[in-house]
Amino acid sequence: MATIPVDPLKIIEQFGPHRSGTDGLRRSTSAEPERLVKTHCCFCGQQCGVQLKVRDNEVIGFEPWEEFPFNRGMLCPKGVKRYLQGAHPDRLTTALRRDETSPHGFTPLPYDTAIQEVASAIARIQAQHGPASVAILSGASLTTEKTYLMGKFARVCLRTPYIDYNGRLCMVSAGAANKKAFGIDRTTNPWSDMVGTDVIWVAGSNVAECSPITTNYLWQAREQGAKIVVQDPRITPIARTCDLYLPVKPGRDAALFAGVLQLMIQHEWIDREFIDAFTIGFEAVADYCRQWTPAHTAEVTGVPERSIRQTAEWWGTAKTSFLFHARGIEHHSNGVQNALGTINLVLASGRIGKSKSGYGTITGQANGQGGREHGQKCDQLPGMRDIANPEHRRHIAAIWGVDEPDLPGPGVDAYELFRKIDAGEIKALLSMCFNPKVSLPDSGFVTRALEKLEFYAAIDFFLNETARHADIVLPGSLQEEDEGTVTQVEGRVIKINKAIECPGEARQDWRIVQDLARALGRPHGFTFDGPRAIFEELRRASKGGIADYSGITYEKVEAQMGVFWPCYSEDPQTGRAVDHTGTPRLFERGSYNPIAKGNGPFYFPDGKARFNVAEYRPPVDDISDEYPVFLTTGRVVSQFLSGTQTRRIGPLVDQYPEPRIEIHPRLAAKLDIRDGDWTIAETRRGAITLRAMVVTTIRPDTIFIPYHWAGEKSVNRLTVAAQDPISKIPQYKVCGCRVRKAGGAPAYEAVLEPQQ
Amino acid sequence: MPKPEYLHFFVDPNRCIGCQACVQACTECDTHRGSSMIHLEFVNRAQSVQTVPVVCMHCEQPTCAEVCPADAIKRTGDGVVQSARKPRCIACGNCVLACPFGVPEVYEDRQIMMKCDMCYDRTSVGKKPMCATVCPSQALFFGTREQIDQLRPMSMPVNRFRFGAQTISTRVFMMMPAEKAARQPYVDVTSAMAEQPHERVIPLAVVGGGDPFAEVEV
Repeated sequence: MATIPVDPLKIIEQFGPHRSGTDGLRRSTSAEPERLVKTHCCFCGQQCGVQLKVRDNEVIGFEPWEEFPFNRGMLCPKGVKRYLQGAHPDRLTTALRRDETSPHGFTPLPYDTAIQEVASAIARIQAQHGPASVAILSGASLTTEKTYLMGKFARVCLRTPYIDYNGRLCMVSAGAANKKAFGIDRTTNPWSDMVGTDVIWVAGSNVAECSPITTNYLWQAREQGAKIVVQDPRITPIARTCDLYLPVKPGRDAALFAGVLQLMIQHEWIDREFIDAFTIGFEAVADYCRQWTPAHTAEVTGVPERSIRQTAEWWGTAKTSFLFHARGIEHHSNGVQNALGTINLVLASGRIGKSKSGYGTITGQANGQGGREHGQKCDQLPGMRDIANPEHRRHIAAIWGVDEPDLPGPGVDAYELFRKIDAGEIKALLSMCFNPKVSLPDSGFVTRALEKLEFYAAIDFFLNETARHADIVLPGSLQEEDEGTVTQVEGRVIKINKAIECPGEARQDWRIVQDLARALGRPHGFTFDGPRAIFEELRRASKGGIADYSGITYEKVEAQMGVFWPCYSEDPQTGRAVDHTGTPRLFERGSYNPIAKGNGPFYFPDGKARFNVAEYRPPVDDISDEYPVFLTTGRVVSQFLSGTQTRRIGPLVDQYPEPRIEIHPRLAAKLDIRDGDWTIAETRRGAITLRAMVVTTIRPDTIFIPYHWAGEKSVNRLTVAAQDPISKIPQYKVCGCRVRKAGGAPAYEAVLEPQQ
Repeated sequence: MPKPEYLHFFVDPNRCIGCQACVQACTECDTHRGSSMIHLEFVNRAQSVQTVPVVCMHCEQPTCAEVCPADAIKRTGDGVVQSARKPRCIACGNCVLACPFGVPEVYEDRQIMMKCDMCYDRTSVGKKPMCATVCPSQALFFGTREQIDQLRPMSMPVNRFRFGAQTISTRVFMMMPAEKAARQPYVDVTSAMAEQPHERVIPLAVVGGGDPFAEVEV
């Protein structure tokens, strides 16, 4: 039973989170670096270029990398301080075994013994309950090489269908919508195309805090005449000076898109020529939109009718435009429909596949793009192939040297995987780069499921909150301790370079996975001598798939400072070997792709994009008399995801130490809550007590709580585990909630964690 | 090598997103490791997310230097006003009180005044100051007048500030809306201070103006 071995505070005493700061070599102002390593930030999907200063196998600081074209030296506070995650007091340098008799719950054990123990537990459980009794959870902050290896390890070595990843909480709504509409899942244009457009519509993206570098592109576009439209329940820093702010009620996005499209159709602000030549399905969408009159749309969405009309006019009559969305419209049980709603607006305008017109989703995690392409998703094989497609299965089985029937079929999404653990179907779990106890909704359920596991092994560099449940913890690698590729927000494949060696008995993650394969007695296919060798196999595996990486080499990535996929080794039209530089812009008129074979620019056999009816459905667990306030969640700029890294970096902790409940003064006055008061937010799942932050920058019927904290401060104790029926993304962005003033400070306040 | 005369520092609070990359990067400097010389001010967080980064404006006639009884604050030939010199500074705090922009700070533990010196270690070897290099919104920009004119056609750089009867010219420029700057080529700080906090919030461009949440019921 994977229960927490001792009181969590005892575990925290030993394993953190503790705060790192500038000490030792990093405090010294005279320590010159031995070398500068050009690499990228380990955090968000922007993947800013940065140079790490290295001395004595330690990252001692950073220097901007002004030549890298995407960010040209710019960094957010996370990028500036990311180097402080290394040489950290909490760093795991040995394997650990759970031990209730140890004061801190875990005792070190030799690496080889740990590998043996994990392998024998997996072997025992699989022998008893079958291969599918073991599951894998991995993540989109891993390099593409590692995500590829994890997918292969699950299917070939463990022979389990049950692998999924934390991109399930991030990119899947956008991914599913893109595939349905375009046949390919990638942002259409490089960000530099944004500058010089007429209108930019930012739908549900707190750009300034979640993807700060994109801000400069937006501002530069505005300087050159672009109007910025921002759709958000909060006045974020981007919304503050936008040209038109759409204060949408949480969970009503699809209605807004339909209402705007209806006005565009009514006023003939659509590109009939483009629709006829390059799309199918428009009439059904037009039929659906007819009910969304401006008055009805305003009533449902909370956006004033005059603003809806203004948006339709600007978007409808623009000559060039960009539309971006992020988790704000995607984290919904209607997430795919929301994303399809934006795509319908883009297709109806005909403004796609041109240098100054595009569409994109802003990826969240480091490898939010690459991590969703090469097979760690439950229904996917490398190259964005489909695990249920016999032809795709045959291609990958041949690359992997296995018989096609031996490849498992589709598994289930990460949350369903926990339901299967809860039901006793899945008995053992191996996780890497995923902290579901903090990041999944209704985390009380996740904890109860974890406790039912017969065996749980976690690979990580810090003991994250989920790993505290583990029987064995294997010490993995920090991003700067390994090399490999990731694919950033624009679809640009870039190279992470190794700066230092792993400390102590910690190992690069791909070595750990291969050691497990060997200990399980199935090393075949897991004898790579490094990330480059894995990448070479990935190139072959992805060849002919939609995410075709066959023409990409580490050398090309370095020489071009990134390669936009698809990048072919053989020209898809002629079949001749080609030195392809990549595809910065998708869907250009007259472009050739291997699916359409010249029939059109989109990735379907007929070359046409698909309109999809993007239906509005009210959120699950919507507001009610009992729970009358919308709860929405998101990020702050100084923290990242579940905080495993950023809650350990002192200066970032100081910038925003604790989550607060953002609440409008009108709602606060009604509830007699003042700024700084302890306040209770409660949903059907549970209640948390945090201090209030009374601000006019949020809808008065909505509260906001950032999600980076654990335990008593974790908003995911409140969020609802409702999921989109297609993408299975959880509905983090809305649920019914009630708010009241607390009688006093919560009990946890008296018990200081080390990072306070 | 002195900082080339043709490179200038421009501050555009309109672009600032309050991320504090500048503050965090400033603390990395070898000469003041762990302390930031740049301040990030929330104008009025209850009412707005508007933030303003405050760097030393490097006055032509620095008030801090003029009031220093120990003559510890020097201006370099290329117009950069430096932190107080160590043997001279008596940490009296006159400069802190006198600076119209609120820039200098006395560090009690070190008994010295320290402030932004436009990253003299970097700018003197041809690099940009650290804050302007990392700033993700480029609210802090370092470059030529030609670059700023080309990149920011809607704004105009202004380097004169009026405090009542005193007018100060600075090495650092503040970006103002071009239209306004054409009428009034200086920032009237005193009159801005007289405004009520609510009015200082830049109004949102909601169609029809006013409170975007006016129609929301609680």
